[in-house]
Amino acid sequence: MTPATGIAFQLLQSLFVVLVAPLLMGWVNQCRAWLQNRAAPPLLLPYYTLAKLFHKDAVIARNASPLFRLTPYILFGCMWLAAGIVPVLATALPFAPAADIIALVGVFALARVFSALAAMDIGTSFGGLGARREMLIGFLAEPAMLMTLFTAAFIAGSTQLTTIVNTLAHREFAIYPSLAFAALAFLMVLLAENARIPIDNPTTHLELTMVHEAMILEYSARHLALIEWAVAIKLFAYMTIGIALFLPWGIAEAGHWAGLPLAFAALGLKLAGAGAGLALLETVLAKLRLFLAPEFLSAAFLLAVLGMLIHFLVLD
Amino acid sequence: MSAAPLPEALLCVAAWLALGAGSLVPGAGAWFARRAAFPLGALVGLGLALIGLLAIWLPPAALVLPLGLPGLPFHLRLDPLAGFFLLLLGAVSAGISVYAHGYFADEAPGRLALIGLQFHVFLASMALVILADDAYLFMVAWETMALASYFLVTTDHHQAPIRSAGFLYLLIAHLGALAILLAFGILHGGRGDYSFAALRAAELTPFWSSAAFLLAFFGFGAKAGMLPLHAWLPEAHPAAPSPVSALMSGVMLKTAIYGMVRVIYDLIGGLRWEWGLVVLVVGAGTTLFGVLYALMQHDLKRLLAYHSIENIGIILLGLGMSMVFVGFGQPVAGALGLIAALYHTLNHAVFKALLFLGAGSILHKGGLRNLNDMGGLIRTMPHTALYFLIGALAISALPPLNGFVSEWLTFQTALQASVLKHGVVRSLLPLFAATLALAGALTAMCFVKVYGVAFLGQPREPRHRAHAPAPGDALDCGIAERIGMAWLAIGCFVLGLFPSAFLLMLNRICVGLLGHGLAEGTLESSWLWLVPTSSAQASYSPLIFILVIVAVTCITFVLVRRFYHGRVRYSHPWDCGFPDQTSRMQDTADAFGQPIRHMFGPLYLMKRHLPGPDDPAPRFALKIEDRHWVWLYLPVARLTEFVSARIALLQRGRISIYLLYSFLTLIVLLVFAR
Repeated sequence: MTPATGIAFQLLQSLFVVLVAPLLMGWVNQCRAWLQNRAAPPLLLPYYTLAKLFHKDAVIARNASPLFRLTPYILFGCMWLAAGIVPVLATALPFAPAADIIALVGVFALARVFSALAAMDIGTSFGGLGARREMLIGFLAEPAMLMTLFTAAFIAGSTQLTTIVNTLAHREFAIYPSLAFAALAFLMVLLAENARIPIDNPTTHLELTMVHEAMILEYSARHLALIEWAVAIKLFAYMTIGIALFLPWGIAEAGHWAGLPLAFAALGLKLAGAGAGLALLETVLAKLRLFLAPEFLSAAFLLAVLGMLIHFLVLD
Repeated sequence: MSAAPLPEALLCVAAWLALGAGSLVPGAGAWFARRAAFPLGALVGLGLALIGLLAIWLPPAALVLPLGLPGLPFHLRLDPLAGFFLLLLGAVSAGISVYAHGYFADEAPGRLALIGLQFHVFLASMALVILADDAYLFMVAWETMALASYFLVTTDHHQAPIRSAGFLYLLIAHLGALAILLAFGILHGGRGDYSFAALRAAELTPFWSSAAFLLAFFGFGAKAGMLPLHAWLPEAHPAAPSPVSALMSGVMLKTAIYGMVRVIYDLIGGLRWEWGLVVLVVGAGTTLFGVLYALMQHDLKRLLAYHSIENIGIILLGLGMSMVFVGFGQPVAGALGLIAALYHTLNHAVFKALLFLGAGSILHKGGLRNLNDMGGLIRTMPHTALYFLIGALAISALPPLNGFVSEWLTFQTALQASVLKHGVVRSLLPLFAATLALAGALTAMCFVKVYGVAFLGQPREPRHRAHAPAPGDALDCGIAERIGMAWLAIGCFVLGLFPSAFLLMLNRICVGLLGHGLAEGTLESSWLWLVPTSSAQASYSPLIFILVIVAVTCITFVLVRRFYHGRVRYSHPWDCGFPDQTSRMQDTADAFGQPIRHMFGPLYLMKRHLPGPDDPAPRFALKIEDRHWVWLYLPVARLTEFVSARIALLQRGRISIYLLYSFLTLIVLLVFAR
């Protein structure tokens, strides 16, 4: 593969993720509506919402600092980078070595810190409340995520996501107990990091429970659109990371252009399944009280650490 | 190839001493200190940094100066390790000196002259600690450093809390110095030669080398602020003037790391993996303790001091992993750990000095020390806010700044655990990585708290509220302060964006100390990619990282304007429609830490006063104290007082009794010492 086609492919994949991400959001919302016996919103509703928001005038508090207005763009940039690193369709990504799994967690942390700072910028009570809760969830979810990824990194002997996926996709079919623990921990982190039930409720505006919504309360119009879009990309990225680590089969290898259609089909199926599963989880679970959230996440952290220890025990 | 420029380095030391002496000249001294001493000191610092940079690449140079005691001359040596720390000292102190020029500008003449003297003597003594090549000069410089910094800490000695903070610092510094002296004593073994070359050649049994290791580790650890000898740090750093806090936290703690590496890796040698485990356990405890207590603070400088403790812990984690790997005969992984530790040493020096300087500006210009009185400073102090943000992002280990690089390297070291044969140790190393991950995320939380409460939101303190909306930067710090902070902020970017260049430098130190380093080929292959072992294993490219984010941010900005519009309407904050927002409804620093207090309650010694429902003047009061005081410091202090009270019985104040003591001693000596 020449560098030019490599870069083209890299760009195409990022573009694909960024464009398709709201569709996944729409799909999850649709599934959840069906499961809850409601009339389902159209699949493309997230796109309509984004278009509507972009057309509106932005309303900004008088005392907002430049940080507040810059943050949506930074969030969007961070998520775009994440979309470029995660092997979604193929493992041939020339820019993927720019950030390994540790840096990937770093990108999400960067986005989190900026959104928490922006939430505190106006100086409202809800903003500070949201930022505090978000950082509380983050400080447990981030190490849990890192430990999950380390388990996979130990198996593959590398922290490159592409290398890990290549290794995992080509191993003999065997059940790794460490990966099972890691998968469970990853699922819990995914729920927490994407502001899903049981940690947060993406559809709530009830002040006692909201976390993510409390942070973006002051945003409107194009800024809100960019944030919502970034959130969609984040969910998409997390799901594809999970798929890449735990269900990697079907992904196209370096130089195998013929594998791409199959990879597309496999990805579509897997994402549809994952989205439906997420909707199911959100339907059957109830939201936890805020002070149970740390327990939920410490459980995720311990599971991830256990997974890593088991890897070494099995090795002996 | 010529040898390292040791005479030039000595010239820099002499220049600093001269600047200090110049500040003391009667009549002209205060003028000199106000106008010229600090900028000249910064120039000397830059020169020293350049010398250090050269010394990393040149063969070591040694020199014997006929100073000191008769028959005990001063030995000096400049090798790559010393060069690296000179680079750190020079580069960081240059920024601090420029800042100090502005900060101390309105001091009274007498005080200013004294500060000028102590500041430069402090700098010179730190350089001498790094250059010393015998135990004698090392201890002389070490004690000069402790004394100079003690006097700087007690600059405001008319306040009783500052005096007691200074005393505590001096006490623990001397405990540490005693332990270091004993470690040198063990290495020396009564052979009468105190030069490092002789100490290096000492053949020790495992017992004695372990004893020397423990003494050196705790001796230098006391200076570094390692658990449980950390108590002086959160007292002394807030007490000192801010440039001095920056110098102490940024540079002086690093001389302790230098001492640790010099004595343990170089002089004692023969690293054992058990030592590594000791360092790892202490490091992990220090890391978590530091960050958890930092989250509870609302005094900004105290909070930063607790973060210094945490970062020393992170450095120790890197050192410990390195010792474990070297002890098990894996020098390449060991070199990676040492590189990670030294990289973090440099990074912490840069961003912590920057943060202390930022805190200094808030204190100096805004008169604010308590986070709960701040708020909205980004509007009144935009420059300080920008630099502080860079420092806060760097210390939170967020890519692409420098804190992330060293944590990344530490993680990579832990991930080398698979090469170990020892099953238990192999599965322990990832646990320390988990500690580091937890601490990193907690640090991010803490600095969201600091930045959000201090710089963002609405002003909480009436004086600042009167100034809102912002009258430009009238309240911001002066030009010298800005240059000082900008210099360090640029350092955060350079260290974060070009890590491979620094990795090559650090690799030379490892080759010198361990005889082994990382493979030069992979390191040299590219300036764009940071590849410590092999590109299949791990790589990171901060430049691409930042380019993608910046490019996407800019393109999105342009596209949104191009396809839609950039219209903005200004209005009141929305806040779910709540109409009567006041600045007191924002989260305070204590509120932000509340969930952590809830989760880790048993760790803290909490005294809380909750107002009852029928309190006429309800006030919520909360005091968090360090449990170490109760179970360690106070018992030791009571024991010392008890013992000294018993010994004081000897002291009767009558000459006849003292003569009797002499007489008895004489008899005892005559009987036993024949």
